[in-house]
Amino acid sequence: MAMFKKKRGATSPEVSTASLPDIIFMLLFFFMMVTVMRDASLKVDVHTPYATELTKLEEKSLVNYIYVGRPMAEYQSIYGTKPRIQLGDKFSEVDDIPLFLEKHKLKVPENKHPRITSSLRVDGKVTMGIVQDIKTELRRYGQLVINYSAKKDPNAK
Amino acid sequence: MLKKGSKKRMKNEVNAGSMADIAFLLLIFFLVTTTIAEDKGIRILLPPWSDEKPDVTQLNKRNVFSVLVNAQNQLLVRGEPTDIRELRERAKEFIINPQHREDLAESPDGAIISLKNDRGTSYETYIEVYNELKGAYNELWEDLAQRKFGKPYNDELTRAQKKAIQEEIPLVLSEAEPTAFGEEN
Repeated sequence: MAMFKKKRGATSPEVSTASLPDIIFMLLFFFMMVTVMRDASLKVDVHTPYATELTKLEEKSLVNYIYVGRPMAEYQSIYGTKPRIQLGDKFSEVDDIPLFLEKHKLKVPENKHPRITSSLRVDGKVTMGIVQDIKTELRRYGQLVINYSAKKDPNAK
Repeated sequence: MLKKGSKKRMKNEVNAGSMADIAFLLLIFFLVTTTIAEDKGIRILLPPWSDEKPDVTQLNKRNVFSVLVNAQNQLLVRGEPTDIRELRERAKEFIINPQHREDLAESPDGAIISLKNDRGTSYETYIEVYNELKGAYNELWEDLAQRKFGKPYNDELTRAQKKAIQEEIPLVLSEAEPTAFGEEN
């Protein structure tokens, strides 16, 4: 009994905080790995339609986004109200798509090139004409894996 | 002497107590910039581009499930106006043809779904139609997986099992060049 007491008295009761930075760093690295910076602010109004048969996009670094929708109110005086394409952070035409895809391709290691996906984030109210033009351009370029971005209906049963 | 030296060294050490604070700062920065919301959608594979005109192969009419969507977002399925809510059931019936009817697909692996829309069709309707057609296949795959392997059609199946199912009921969805009757916005 006496021996136990003595031992307890010898150790300091404080919890060591020396490993706290390590724990924080671990968390930090985790978030650094999963973070993808918001690359572009939207200049077009996009409300993707609802769907049920959805698949998740796996690797974010392999995805490039093509936004289609009406320009936001502050850009309407310059760009009008017709649906426009946004690539990266600027308004673009269909002809700009190959260059955009090529630029994205450079950032991806070569062995992952076949898995590059183009995600079309298109506003539900847009008509198919512009989407068809994009699809044709993607086919011509050889970018065949595409994703029609959609979301689950929160009000669905 | 020795004791004095060690004391001096102790004083020269950088205080690492604020390391946690710095790490916290970085952590909070990354926490704020992280977007957890991931992108979901309907994944499709486009047919490769070819400059040649597609050769006109006459398909047996019973094997083709044609879906037309006009600029008013109305559906014409195999020649008759249809409500979108019936599309999934009709597609399923067409593909598996449980009663061996003369006018539906001979076998699931010969069934072809042909989708044609107008340039004036709204994207919302297009996705809805595509969703229903894909949903029909997903349900059929699910049924088949349950019957064949007793498991749901998801990650529980091996790749080979999934392939076997997809070979039995292959998803063949051909999209025709859209018409341009309707008004685009």
